[in-house]
Amino acid sequence: MGRHVLLVEDEPNITEAIRFLLSRDGWTVNTHASGTDAVEVIRVARPDLVILDVMLPGKSGMDILRDLRDLDELNDMPVLMLTARGQMRDRDMAEKAGASRFMTKPFSNTEVLNAVRDLHAQASQS
Amino acid sequence: MSRDTLTGSRIRERRLIAGLRQANLARQVGISASYLNLIEHNRRRIGGKLLVDIAQVLGVEPSMLSEGAEAALIASLREAAADMGTVVADTDKADEFAGRFPGWAEVLATGHRRIASLERTIEILSDRLTHDPHLAASLHEVLSTATAIRATASILAEPGEIDPQWRNRFHRNLNEDSLRLAESSKSLVNYLDESDTGHDRRGSPQEEVEAYVSSFDHHFEALEDGSSDPDTLINEAKSLTSTAARQIAREILKQYVRDVQAMPLGQFQAALKFTGLEPLALAQEFNTDLASIFRRLATLPQGILPTEVGLVVCDASGSILFRKSVTGFALPRFGASCPHWPLFTALSRPMVPIRRRVSQLGRTTAAFDCLAIAWPVNLGGFGIDPLYHSIMLILPEPGEVEPSNEIQPVGSNCRVCPSQKCDARRVPSILSEGF
Repeated sequence: MGRHVLLVEDEPNITEAIRFLLSRDGWTVNTHASGTDAVEVIRVARPDLVILDVMLPGKSGMDILRDLRDLDELNDMPVLMLTARGQMRDRDMAEKAGASRFMTKPFSNTEVLNAVRDLHAQASQS
Repeated sequence: MSRDTLTGSRIRERRLIAGLRQANLARQVGISASYLNLIEHNRRRIGGKLLVDIAQVLGVEPSMLSEGAEAALIASLREAAADMGTVVADTDKADEFAGRFPGWAEVLATGHRRIASLERTIEILSDRLTHDPHLAASLHEVLSTATAIRATASILAEPGEIDPQWRNRFHRNLNEDSLRLAESSKSLVNYLDESDTGHDRRGSPQEEVEAYVSSFDHHFEALEDGSSDPDTLINEAKSLTSTAARQIAREILKQYVRDVQAMPLGQFQAALKFTGLEPLALAQEFNTDLASIFRRLATLPQGILPTEVGLVVCDASGSILFRKSVTGFALPRFGASCPHWPLFTALSRPMVPIRRRVSQLGRTTAAFDCLAIAWPVNLGGFGIDPLYHSIMLILPEPGEVEPSNEIQPVGSNCRVCPSQKCDARRVPSILSEGF
């Protein structure tokens, strides 16, 4: 299994920090900032893992995730959801929509790194 | 009036609640309807056997009639019990309670009203937290910026070297983000400050506006003679505390100015003398629509019209936008109204003038001449659904009337409406049981 991450996030400075962090850890990082065409971008790029923000312009991360899970070829892709609202409801919604893991902003860099490594390890085993 | 002189009124209230006609009750106790009418208007004293007989027909204790509590208080008590889910066994003793301890009953009823208004405030506040897009957007902005700062800062804080190019970039980002955070947190605080200034809030913004407009008796001298304008008046209005109320009031006053321009007071008075209180004729005279005439009639200074006039405006959801109340016609403050109001009849037949004589159930039978019309407030274009508003003018008729088929009975609020058979009933009345 490769180490290719696609980060879908509209906040450029968060994107930059995560990109730096993961690149240094040996990942290939691609980024995308819009919700509207995110599903298509993910489908074409075929990353090993997706980091997906919930609040995106054009289409919400929840809807993108649901669409991904409806596609046969992408229904087991590891997806790490990022949200700025830590309420139980958002977490529930993310779990129902099929998120592999859920992270509340603001998070620490170590948390992101650990989550990405864990998800990758789990996916490699199965 | 002291309590014991109101026996007649209490008989009347009980009779209406029981759904009995005056003639019917009179026959059962062996007196004439006109004599009963005098009794009911407290113009004849009543006691002894007649009181006992009437009480028996109405199914209450005679003492409830001679010294019982007022129906409104009892209704409040029953409502309080219904809302608390108290055991039914006690609710039918509400009148006994109110009769024996009127002071305590008043305390309880006032408390209940206060709870209802506080509950509404809570509802509004929790709605705001979940649905206010501005608040949600502000919070999201703050959290996003904080996330970016945290991620960037912790990269910079790590021991070891970072490529100078990256380091410079991160420093720049940090600077940008910290500025953004300062801005967005400031605007968030401003927003919260503005909406929670700790004033004793008078319910909804509409109520604040209503209190403001009625403090002027619905007539703004300064707008009539052009010596002031809406913005100035609103700026001077201390009683309008919230931004929302100011905005609503401003729109109402702007409309007022437009109406004054179309129908200056002098000309309008002259036309009134000529046509009488006939909105259609007035609309023709001024080449305008009925809604404008209704509004103008409701803003005349006292003494010009022979009667008080009331006015209600609602939108297509039935939510009340504006009210000018009139004596004897109960307009509910919150929540849903009675769909029998001509105001709502008009909504289902836009642009058709509706005129109905109505009387309110469970009150002294005064009749009201209600004129209503619904009209589209926007015509956005083909393929865009128009939005309708409905307006109703309420003209009290002089004297009292007996119920008849020509007069449409309307309620104010289902929960306290005594009507027994009503197709429009949404929730059971708290009055229908127990009596």
